Amino acid sequence: MAEFLQFAFSGLTVGAVYALVALGFTLIFNASDVVNFAQGEFVMLGGMTTVFLALAGVPLPLAALMAVVAAVAVGIALHRFAIEPARGATTVVLIIITIGASIFLRGAAQIVFDKRFHSLPPIFGNDPIRIGGASILPQSLVVLAGAAAIVLLLWVFIDRTLFGKALIATASNRLAARLVGIDTRRMGGFSFAVSAAIGAVAGILITPITLTSYDVGTLLALKGFAAAMLGGMGSALGAVVGGLLLGLLEAFAAGYVSSNYKDAIAFLVILAVLFAMPRGLFGRAKIDRV
Amino acid sequence: MAIVAMVVIAVVMPVFFPSAYYYRVAALVFVFALAGIGLNLLMGFAGQVSLGHAGFIGIGAYAVAVGPTHLGLPPWLSFVAGAALSAIVAFLVGRPILRMKGHYLAVATLGFGILLSIVFTNEAKLTGGPDGMSVPRLVLFGWAARGSETWYWISAVSFVIGAALALNLIDSPTGRALRAIHDSEVAARVLGIDVARAKLTVFVISAVYASVAGSFLALFNGHITPEVSGFLRSIELVAMVVLGGMGSIVGSLVGSAVIVVLPQALTFLHDYEHMVLGLIIMGVMIFLRDGIVPGLAAALKRRRT
Repeated sequence: MAEFLQFAFSGLTVGAVYALVALGFTLIFNASDVVNFAQGEFVMLGGMTTVFLALAGVPLPLAALMAVVAAVAVGIALHRFAIEPARGATTVVLIIITIGASIFLRGAAQIVFDKRFHSLPPIFGNDPIRIGGASILPQSLVVLAGAAAIVLLLWVFIDRTLFGKALIATASNRLAARLVGIDTRRMGGFSFAVSAAIGAVAGILITPITLTSYDVGTLLALKGFAAAMLGGMGSALGAVVGGLLLGLLEAFAAGYVSSNYKDAIAFLVILAVLFAMPRGLFGRAKIDRV
Repeated sequence: MAIVAMVVIAVVMPVFFPSAYYYRVAALVFVFALAGIGLNLLMGFAGQVSLGHAGFIGIGAYAVAVGPTHLGLPPWLSFVAGAALSAIVAFLVGRPILRMKGHYLAVATLGFGILLSIVFTNEAKLTGGPDGMSVPRLVLFGWAARGSETWYWISAVSFVIGAALALNLIDSPTGRALRAIHDSEVAARVLGIDVARAKLTVFVISAVYASVAGSFLALFNGHITPEVSGFLRSIELVAMVVLGGMGSIVGSLVGSAVIVVLPQALTFLHDYEHMVLGLIIMGVMIFLRDGIVPGLAAALKRRRT
């Protein structure tokens, strides 16, 4: 039992980060049909910017805030200068553009920052809390609480504000949204900004546990994308559930089977789910129009 | 026409090569272009995405390494066995995977490619693990293939043959069926095309192209690591096809040239290499969204009229 709990804790912690990355994917996908493979770079920017600002003597909370602002600026610039000019291009062309952007951002990070691994001090120290024979780092609880807060905030924002409703309208029918006076282009830029902020926060929260470096984004984008697909592309609930599930899968596979094959097992399960449910766990059935 | 042009390019180009290094880079361009043609058949003609094609490159590469080292097979037989194995794997995996569409197909193929590269990394007894293993030379009738120049010609000839076969396929009934599927799967089905079978056929063919390219790559380098089958390689392949132009066989060669030569050519920028590479990829896709070859062809036509 203690073992089980231990694996569950570590799975949920990593899963929360996957969930946030997947949520970023989903948000951008809904608002602009772009699958943003540079999503992981936002996570990297959040962590790395905070680390270097803190090293330069900026107090940690301020550094974190500035890192989020920086990531948002990058997100908006990405939309404005790379996605917007290619409007109307096919999905795969847009994917290649975001991959180009992620190579660019990684290259920039290795110049602006460096190529080493960095960490941040955990907010509540390093003494593990014992629960049912398993131990959990206080920072893990911070990650989980942070992820929950983000999901809640996002839900309130999208469900309760006019701006959020405009975003939903854009997601369900771009043309109809434009006809009722919604600036759908602005919605696209906005979704990039919010996704960047979510990614950056995830990066700051997880850095004390998993460390960060200029190239952590690639793997995170991969896992976030897989999580989003597992949940069902376009579903925010699916993204969160998919992320947590992926994290748990990896943790249990590593614990009970083989840590070398944890990614393999995770992907096998994803493949199995997609074979059975080709639209993911929470994806809407889509009817092709002829 | 296109074939003649490519033969001329392959024959004339070496005149301008000042050193063996150029033969080496050009050979790599042809090898990756071969894999690119296969993926282009799948993506450009049938309209199906694969983010896991490097997995098949891995099968081909490890076949010529594991076959002679552990099973005592001659390299040429291992080469053929690798291609056959890739075809079988593609056939078995393709049936369920190709029922998916769009992004779901992307993530399924992605998972498949990653599975293969994890196997190559972890089965250290057979594959040497993350450090990789050395590959014995290709020996045919007592003649050993060695040196960049020899490999330039081997890869150039293979590329031209591969391109000719692909062009032939495109003009066949199967090719027309594929293009119909690309335009509208439902319409193709209404016309009586066996959609599932046509997709599976092209998936198997593209896997064999990738496998052959992988075998050449391993034999040419003399050493392989699991990195050949990694996720980044798969992404590079897709980038080659899209940059060069989906649905353009010449485009695959141009795309491969861009992806292989650019990082070599940009090394003088040192730390700025990746930034510039990213910028070029974004720029090409923004300004020539149909890809380099179709994009430039359209621009030329517009100028003429």
